[in-house]
Amino acid sequence: MSADALRPANLEEPRAVSARERDALIRELLDVVPSHGVLHDDEDLRPYECDGLSAYRRKPMLVVLPETIEQVQQVLRLCQAHQVPVVARGAGTGLSGGAFPLANGVLLGLAKFNRILAIDPDNRSARVQPGVRNLAISEAAAAHGLYYAPDPSSQIACSIGGNVAENAGGVHCLKYGLTVHNILELKVVTIDGELITLGGQSLDSPGYDLLALMTGSEGMLGVIVEITVKLLPRPERAQVLLAAFDSVERAGEAVAAIIGSGIIPAGLEMMDNNAIRAAEDFVHAGYPVEAEAILLCELDGTNAEVSEDIMKVRNLLIAQGATEVRTAGDDQERLRFWAGRKAAFPAVGRLSPDYYCMDGTIPRKNLGQILRRIGEMSGEFGLRVANVFHAGDGNLHPLILYDADTPGQLERAEDFGGRILELCVEYGGTVTGEHGVGIEKLNQMCTQFTPDELTQFHAVKAAFDPRGLLNPGKAVPTLHRCAEFGAMHVHHGQLPHPDIPRF
Amino acid sequence: MHDADLSQALAEQVRAAAESGTPLLIRGGGTKDFYGLRGEGEPLSMVGHRGIVSYEPTELVITARAGTPLAEVEQCLRDHGQQLPFEPPAFGAGATIGGAVASGLSGPRRAFAGAVRDNLLGVKLINGRGQILSFGGQVMKNVAGYDLSRINAGALGTLGVLLEVSLKVLPRPAFERTAVFEMDEATALARLTALGRTSLSITATAHDGERLYVRVCGGERSLEAAEQVLDGQTLPESRDFWHSVREHSHPFFDRPGPLWRLSLPPAAPSLGLGETFIEWGGAQRWLRSDAPAEVLRDRAAALGGHATLFRGHGDTGEVFHPLTPALLRLHRNLKQAMDPAGIFNRHRMYSDF
Repeated sequence: MSADALRPANLEEPRAVSARERDALIRELLDVVPSHGVLHDDEDLRPYECDGLSAYRRKPMLVVLPETIEQVQQVLRLCQAHQVPVVARGAGTGLSGGAFPLANGVLLGLAKFNRILAIDPDNRSARVQPGVRNLAISEAAAAHGLYYAPDPSSQIACSIGGNVAENAGGVHCLKYGLTVHNILELKVVTIDGELITLGGQSLDSPGYDLLALMTGSEGMLGVIVEITVKLLPRPERAQVLLAAFDSVERAGEAVAAIIGSGIIPAGLEMMDNNAIRAAEDFVHAGYPVEAEAILLCELDGTNAEVSEDIMKVRNLLIAQGATEVRTAGDDQERLRFWAGRKAAFPAVGRLSPDYYCMDGTIPRKNLGQILRRIGEMSGEFGLRVANVFHAGDGNLHPLILYDADTPGQLERAEDFGGRILELCVEYGGTVTGEHGVGIEKLNQMCTQFTPDELTQFHAVKAAFDPRGLLNPGKAVPTLHRCAEFGAMHVHHGQLPHPDIPRF
Repeated sequence: MHDADLSQALAEQVRAAAESGTPLLIRGGGTKDFYGLRGEGEPLSMVGHRGIVSYEPTELVITARAGTPLAEVEQCLRDHGQQLPFEPPAFGAGATIGGAVASGLSGPRRAFAGAVRDNLLGVKLINGRGQILSFGGQVMKNVAGYDLSRINAGALGTLGVLLEVSLKVLPRPAFERTAVFEMDEATALARLTALGRTSLSITATAHDGERLYVRVCGGERSLEAAEQVLDGQTLPESRDFWHSVREHSHPFFDRPGPLWRLSLPPAAPSLGLGETFIEWGGAQRWLRSDAPAEVLRDRAAALGGHATLFRGHGDTGEVFHPLTPALLRLHRNLKQAMDPAGIFNRHRMYSDF
C-alpha cells in the first residue's frame, strides 16, 4: 500500500465485478424494482458520484431506488446472492463520505422513502421513513406544539435516515442530545433481507441496546427503512445572548463558568475572528468584527426560567471579561444572531474556492491550546483556517481554506485536517463528534483506537454482516491500513522523512 | 478500602478463564442479584477495583472504576453541586457504579433526563479474549467507531467486564418541589399526557393508585411560576418520597407477590391488571400481579412495550421479554463477537446465552 492508497479518494474496493455479472444483476433487479428505479446509464449515475464530501468522486456501478420495504429486502437478497457490496444513501449531504459510492457496488438510494407515516402527539413521537428531511419532521409536528430536537446545519436538506446512520448532532446537543438520544425505534433490513425492529415505542426495550449500536454505524450493519423519533414540546420561550471577547481562552473560560454555575444552555456556540468576519461579510448579523471570539448562548424553557437565567448568564459573561454583551431584543434579532452562525460554513466558503470542514471533539478546557496549535499549523501548511465551535459540548469545526485547482492543495488540506484530528485525540478527545468517519477519517481512527479495539469493531461488523457487503471499507480501517499509516505517520509534528518532497 | 487499579489482574483472570472455558460471574456489591436470571460461573469480584479516575465539574463528566461505590460517586458529585442525571437505584449499601451501568436501571428522573445509556459516554472493558479495550470517551459528542459503550448499559455483564465508566453529569437543581393531586389512575394518566406537552421543568412523576406526584425543579421564581400552573398541594417531604420511589422502599414495593415492570408508550391506557404504580410520565408501570407471564407480555406488546418480571420470578421461565428469532440470533452473534468463549455471566440475561 502506497501513501497514495491511504488518501480518501483512493478507497479500496472489495472486488472487481465483471460486466457480465453486472448485467445479470441488473436483469434480476429489474424483476423486483420498477425500471425507473434501476439506473445504470453513465449520465444517470453522475449525480450519485459523491455526497456532501464533494472533493471525492467515484461513479457507482449501479444506482437502485426502491420504493417499498419489500423491494429493499429483495435488493439486499440479490446483492447478497451476487456478493456485490451495497452503499446506502439518504439525501447525500454527509460530510465524511459515508455514502461515497463504489465502482463495483450498488448505491441504494432511499430518497423515495419520503413520507411521514404518523405523528402521535400524546406519546410525543413520529414514525417516519428514512428519506424524510430532518426539518420536515419539526414542520409537521409544529401543529401539535412539538418538534424534533437534533438540528444539524444541513437540516433543510439532510434526511433522517442519514442522521441516524451518522448519529448527527447540531447546535442544541448539550441540552437535548444527539440523534441516539432522540429516537425510539428503528426498522432495519439486514444483509440477509430480513426486516427487524430495534428499540420500541416505549422508552427502553428488552435485550441489548441494538438501537444505540445501529445509530452511527454508518450503514455498515443494516439498512434503516423506518424510524420512530421522539418529539419535544416547543419551549415557551428562547432567548439568546451574544458576548464578545478579546481572546478565545477567555471565551472558553466563560463557557466553563456558565456551566459551572448550574445552567445548561440550549445552545452555546463560539466563533473565532476569521469566522466572525466571514459570517458578518455574508449575512450582516451585526457581529463585532474586532472581537477575537464571540459566544452565542441560547437559553430556553418557561418564561420564568428564561428570565431568571438570562440575567445570571449576562452577569457571568461580564464578570468573565466580555468586552460586550448583547441580548436579542426580539425573535427577529435572535434569529439574526443565529443567522451568522448557521451560515458560517457557506460564509467561509466565500473566502476561498474550497473549504474542508473538520469535526473533532475535545475536552473543552483544552480549547485555548488546541486553537493555538491549529493557528501554528495554519502557518506551517500555508492554508488559512476559520474555527466554529459547539462550545458547550467541545465539538470543534475548523474550516480549512484551500483551492482544489492548485495542484497539491487538496492533499495539503487533507494532511492539515488529519493533523488537527490527531491533536484532538492527543488532548483526550475524538476524531469525530457528529459527522462520522466515512472515508474521510479512516487514517485517524488508527490514532484513536488500538489494533485490539479495531479488531473488536470488525468482529461486531461480522456479527451483522459476515461477508462484509454493507458499505465496506468505511468507518473502521483495516489493521493493514493502520500499519501502513503508522509507518509513514507524522509524529509530534515531525515528518519521518522531512527530506522527501510530499506536496 | 483504598482506591486501586486491578485492571491487569482482572484481565489475567479473564484470559485464564477463556483458555479453560471457565464461566465467570461478574460481581459488584451484589445488590442487584435479584434482578435477571441467576447466571452461573466462578465469582469475579470487582469491589477492589475502585476509585474516581477523573472528575472535572465544568466538563460535566465523571470517570470512575467499576467497583467504586455508587454512594461515593454520588457524594463526590453532591459536593460539587452535581448529580447523575438518571438517579440510579442502589438497592443496598454495597451498590457499585459498574453495577449501576451493567443493570441499566434508572430512577424517577429517567423520562426527563435520560437513562443510564443516554448518559454513558464511554467505557473501558475487558472483552472475552482478556483484552483491555476503550470505547466512547469523556466527551459529549463522539461518533468514532461503533457504539460499543452504550450496549453495555443493561447488558448485565454479558458482553464484557466493565473496568471504567465515563458518565455525563448535570447540575443539581437549585430547588425542587413536589405537587400532589388526589386523583384516580385514568385521570392521572390524562393529566400526565397533558403535562408532557408543556415545557415545565418536570423531573419526576408518580401515581400510587390514589395520588399523582409531580416534581419540578429550577430557580426560585421559575418554581413559583410552575407551582401556579400545576396548582396542587405541596408535598413537604419531597426528597424522602422520591428516595422511596427510587429505592423501592415505598410501601407499594413491600407488598407480597411478583413485581412486574411494564415499559409502555406513556399515553397507554390503564392496564386494569392489578395494583399499579406509575412513573416516568406514564412510560413505566410497576404491577403487582399473579397473572401468567404470557398474559402480561402479550398485553404489554400489544400496547407497544414489553414486560419484565422484576422481582419474584422463582427459578423458572425468562425474566426479560422474549426476543424474536431474528433478534435472538443477532444477540447471540454480538455476544459471540464480544465474548467468543461465552464465559461472561452465562444465562444471566436470557437462558439462551
